[in-house]
Amino acid sequence: MARWRAYHTPSTVAEALSLLHQHKDKARIIAGGTDLILDMEAELAAAPDVLVDVTKIGGIDHIAQKDGWIVLGAGTTHTQIESSPLLRAHARCLTESCGVIGGPQVRNVATLGGNVAHALPAADGTIGLLALEAEVEVAEHSARGTLHTWQPLLSIFAGPGRNRLAPDQMLHAFRFRPTDARAGNAFDRIMRPQGVALPVLGIAARVRMDATLRRVEDAVIAIGPAGPTPFRATRAENVLTTAEAFDDDTVEKAIAAAQAQASLRTSKYRASQAYRHEMIGVLLRRVLQTSVERARMNDAPAEPRDAYPKQCSGV
Amino acid sequence: MTPLTLTVNGEERSLEVPPSRYLAEVLRYDLGLTGTKIGCDEAECGCCTVIVDGQSVDSCIYPAFKAQGAQVLTIEGLAQTRPGSQDGSCSAPELHPLQDAFIRHGATQCGFCTPGFIMQAKTLLDENPDPTDLEIKECLKDTYCRCTGYTSIISSVKAASEYLRTGTMPDAVLPPVTKPLTQIGQPLQRPDAVDKVTGAARYTDDYTFDGMLFGATLRSKHPHAQIRSIDADAARALNGVHAVLTHAEVPGDPRHGLVENDWPVFAGGPYPARYVGDPIALVVAETAEIAQQALTLVRVDYEVLPAVTDPREALQPDAPQLHPDRPDGNLLKHIKVRHGDVEEGFAESDVIVERTYRTPMTEHAFLEPECALAVPAGYSGVRPPNSKEKAAHDYDSDKLTVYVGSQIPYSDRRQVAKSLGLDDEEVRVIGTLMGGGFGGKEDIAGQIHAALAAQTTGRPVKILYSRQESLIFHPKRHSTIIRIKTGARRDGTLTAVEAELYGDSGAYASLGEKVMTRATTHATGPYVMPHARIDCYAMYTNNAPSGAFRGFGVTQSAFAVESNLDILSAELGMDPAELRRKNVMRVGVETATGQELIESVGLLECLDRVEEEIRKSQASGSLPSDPWAPVRIGSKRLAWGVAAGYKNTGLGGGAPDKAEAEVEVFPDGTAAIRTSSAEMGQNLVGVLAACTAQELGLPYEKVLVTVMDTDLTPDGGPSTASRQTYVSGNAARLAARAMRQQMQNVLAEKFDTHPEVIAFHEGLAYVDERRLAQIHGSELPVEGANSANGSAGGILPGSTRTISFADAVNALLAENRLPKIRYEYWAPQTQPLGTGGDMHFAFSYAVHAALVSVDTETGEVAVERVISAHDVGRAINPLSLLGQIEGGIVMGIGNALTENYIVEDGIPWTERLGQYKMPGIKMTPKMDSHIVEHPTADGPYGAKGVGEISSIPISPAITNAICNAVGVRCLALPVDQDALLLAMRDGEKEIDGHWGQTGQWLVPNGRQPH
Ligand SMILES: Cc1cc2nc3c(=O)[nH]c(=O)nc-3n(C[C@H](O)[C@H](O)[C@H](O)COP(=O)(O)OP(=O)(O)OC[C@H]3O[C@@H](n4cnc5c(N)ncnc54)[C@H](O)[C@@H]3O)c2cc1C
Repeated sequence: MARWRAYHTPSTVAEALSLLHQHKDKARIIAGGTDLILDMEAELAAAPDVLVDVTKIGGIDHIAQKDGWIVLGAGTTHTQIESSPLLRAHARCLTESCGVIGGPQVRNVATLGGNVAHALPAADGTIGLLALEAEVEVAEHSARGTLHTWQPLLSIFAGPGRNRLAPDQMLHAFRFRPTDARAGNAFDRIMRPQGVALPVLGIAARVRMDATLRRVEDAVIAIGPAGPTPFRATRAENVLTTAEAFDDDTVEKAIAAAQAQASLRTSKYRASQAYRHEMIGVLLRRVLQTSVERARMNDAPAEPRDAYPKQCSGV
Repeated sequence: MTPLTLTVNGEERSLEVPPSRYLAEVLRYDLGLTGTKIGCDEAECGCCTVIVDGQSVDSCIYPAFKAQGAQVLTIEGLAQTRPGSQDGSCSAPELHPLQDAFIRHGATQCGFCTPGFIMQAKTLLDENPDPTDLEIKECLKDTYCRCTGYTSIISSVKAASEYLRTGTMPDAVLPPVTKPLTQIGQPLQRPDAVDKVTGAARYTDDYTFDGMLFGATLRSKHPHAQIRSIDADAARALNGVHAVLTHAEVPGDPRHGLVENDWPVFAGGPYPARYVGDPIALVVAETAEIAQQALTLVRVDYEVLPAVTDPREALQPDAPQLHPDRPDGNLLKHIKVRHGDVEEGFAESDVIVERTYRTPMTEHAFLEPECALAVPAGYSGVRPPNSKEKAAHDYDSDKLTVYVGSQIPYSDRRQVAKSLGLDDEEVRVIGTLMGGGFGGKEDIAGQIHAALAAQTTGRPVKILYSRQESLIFHPKRHSTIIRIKTGARRDGTLTAVEAELYGDSGAYASLGEKVMTRATTHATGPYVMPHARIDCYAMYTNNAPSGAFRGFGVTQSAFAVESNLDILSAELGMDPAELRRKNVMRVGVETATGQELIESVGLLECLDRVEEEIRKSQASGSLPSDPWAPVRIGSKRLAWGVAAGYKNTGLGGGAPDKAEAEVEVFPDGTAAIRTSSAEMGQNLVGVLAACTAQELGLPYEKVLVTVMDTDLTPDGGPSTASRQTYVSGNAARLAARAMRQQMQNVLAEKFDTHPEVIAFHEGLAYVDERRLAQIHGSELPVEGANSANGSAGGILPGSTRTISFADAVNALLAENRLPKIRYEYWAPQTQPLGTGGDMHFAFSYAVHAALVSVDTETGEVAVERVISAHDVGRAINPLSLLGQIEGGIVMGIGNALTENYIVEDGIPWTERLGQYKMPGIKMTPKMDSHIVEHPTADGPYGAKGVGEISSIPISPAITNAICNAVGVRCLALPVDQDALLLAMRDGEKEIDGHWGQTGQWLVPNGRQPH
């Protein structure tokens, strides 16, 4: 494999963008490198002349709550995400999905920005982020300086392994709304022990319960891989939010809706379509149950535990 | 070049390196810190783990410039050098508790993964002083070991953490063994352990010579193709390229091979490329990068030929022929076992079970990819230090020398010399430490190419294979298709077996014939089988060659045999352990190859021990008394499964099996033992040291072991067939015994007494007054005397005729006796298959039971516990023995559940280590390992082999457990959770699909498309 000829570690976004602008498609952003270097070594990605390392940019790995948002930099590593008390409180589906990526050595360097920009439909961090209805901040070089725009996460995916970023654009940050009272979220996945890195299927869900804690008021379900880009099971979400109550029956209907909407494939080494179909059921049952439990717990400070409606505890 | 400044192990380093360097390369090649290993170049295995600003990273893919200004800690920085001596020459490193624990708990075997494990574990202990097993497993989940099976690693981390908290380090917990002698049966620390935990241990790629060039190999992209022409002009013209070698440049024999001389040094000319990965050309250049670049400039004109990639198709008369010069076409060998009359046997049986099983091609995945380094004759320059030395040496090489981690140094020498047109004596092979072998380092890899390149360029040449290249070219474990029919009477007595095996031996013979012979002769299982008819077809195909791999064919046939046995037990309504008990081999029975077993058959005891242990554990967990009945816990079902196995020790089949060892004693009171036998992690060096120390009555540490050097060590034969403890162990033991006898003669003169009363113990030689008195018929008591090792248990108080071992050596020298003795040990003779005599001089036996859980919602399978018992004859070193057992079991778990080297129509799908998952630490079950010792008369102190048997019964024990848990029989490996789930859902009882063919996941038996 031919390797890059220059390695830059800019300390500001502007500097990074100007390098990208200057070298255009000869340059490539590198964060942790755990996808990029492997792709380059396997000659799946052409080796660029110039690598622009964005992880030394000031603030690129900050995690904070401000102006009604939780904001985290695109260069935040999975280890930082996993161990952030703020994210553990508001985004368990993210800490859980980033927490299962690779091993500690990989998580210590691999970033959420890289996971998203790599644009695989089953990338774990991405699935977690999608359930939070996150937005991405795209920073772009322009003659008048750096342009920043917030966009919906889904808008940046073009297809498996392809994002819509121009060569002189970069992901700068992600943001999502804090988890309100009566809301909860969770992630789970099915792996196989054999030679594949990505999960057979991963699902993240976020729900908000109504005041009675019986009904789901708001729901987001992200599934991967269930199409060429990270997938939202909007019909299943709809089933949940229009149902009278969150109970076994509702869950089964939501599963059927997700199974009908998802386009599942047989991938020879990861799973058959039939198996993935079954796993939508298994995982959705698991993550919905956990999300709802968490949503109900999230209300707990005000109410004693046994005030939870009994009829739903069996779900 | 850009300046890179970083602090490594507390020392600021500033260097000019290309911006494209990875941190591992800077550490290893620019700073000479070779303790950090590179195992995969894809952040998969964790061998390269170092700590950067407090966080562990995989340095193999970590751009060095990320570490600009950072603090880097490597394995070399972990041990503190103890202050004290002024010149530093004798300063001993103060080991970090993790390093110490890894030694004491036997967590370092080949040692290649050890630095990565220790660094990664350190990050855990830095944050968490008292981690649980689960936390340890999470921390080490992407750090891989192929030798230990991880149990000892977990206990080491726990021991180190306890030491850090309390100041005391707990010892390893070992299974009980026979009463030990002074050295035999003792858990002695391996001689190379300190080097391996400190990063001082040197493997081939850790050697660098002045003026060294680098080789890179061009390999065939086609499974079968004639090479019309090779245009290397552009490559030769590239600045920095010294040579491009092809078939035209091979001066001697154009082909090599361990058994058959069928493997071209380079495909081309008369030899087509016969698999994807066959070498076509070698580029030799100033740097590895230039060599890689030049490869892209070599143009090969291929004439693509039809390929055959299924062993059954290869047997068809119209199949493409791989080796037209061979008499039997693609049939490498038809192997037959004939015993009794199977028709009669089946007529006598009440139940007959017949199934077809499939096992995949699997990969050794030793953590050290192959490397060969050749130094031409006449080279004079600087030689790098070996593991024991601090500094480099001036060096003149008088002959062409190849440094390589190889399981058979003398065979390497023969094959290198032959292809270079030299005499054997004109070539020297020096074995470096080996980062695992498992059978995968027996064939030629880069040895001939490196030697040829060194000879051609007059410079040292190193060829280091990347993991990806290693995966593609080296021989694998045979994939097999085994149809087997087993008959039994109503009472469970086995009556007959009929089997047909197809083994895919791939493009070249390698050890294929031998491997498939073992598969065939062991296809009765370790049972009395009155009638047997077994036919095996070892086939050439255009897949990667298959050769030796721990288990040597028996892994495959055991899966079929033991699965059929459980199906039989279900049909008979008989307890599976009972069925086995009724039929197991015992002393006095005959094998299907006509060998009467006259001693050392501990199988029944293995079965009893395992069953007893299972029943105990069921009782303590208040679980059903029938251990084979499933238990439901949440969405999971758990059940035990059992399987038995046996494996020959030694080459057998009439092959002369011998090893030579040389012992030398020195006036400083030490001894040396030398044999070329290969150390690949199994601790042969410790076994040789223990045998020698035992015979000479020396402390273990006083014996220096030298192995794997064709100039310094006599031929110990191949490290294969679980033979080295037995064969080379015996050679060392008998060489040392001969030396002792010589010294006894000299000292008897000196003390004016009988030679047999001169005893050696703890570095002393003395007249054993007790034995003397005994000889003289006096009444003195003799307890404490240990005639087995010729030394008394202790010195009689007041014994005056005592001298040090050093003085005993001086006495020897004073008599002008040679302080050196070479002993050639010949193992008992064996007979070829079909002649009816003893095919093997010893067998090891084992019973494995696995408690397996199957998640009925997802099909996920996990091995929760393994109880095993192994009859190894005698435990020479219980710590190393346990390591062989646990490592073998976990390798067998991989064989059952994860491993498949996938090749489709001759094109490898498995191109990266990430696509070939061997079991990680999270798959390690709780293991209870029992040692059974039925000594074999000729083995050293009764020992026989253990290296392979430990990985044999486990796979069928797992699939038997799956069947007990959820009622689905897996006929193919590795088990596919996808197929398993869908079979459970659809009520299918048998699945023939395995991982690697998901999509046609469920092909019920009898409805196979092919
Ligand atoms: C052993 C191993 C196991 C793994 N297991 C998993 C797993 O279980 N689940 C999973 O989802 N992934 C897994 N991965 C993949 C990988 O670790 C993640 O996708 C990771 O988050 C990628 O981040 P990175 O910082 O390393 O990205 P990089 O490799 O640095 O970059 C990836 C891509 O994103 C681009 N990029 C990076 N940052 C930006 C940015 N700020 N703006 C625009 N473009 C950018 C790069 O140009 C490149 O194209 C695994 C990888 C390894 C090596």
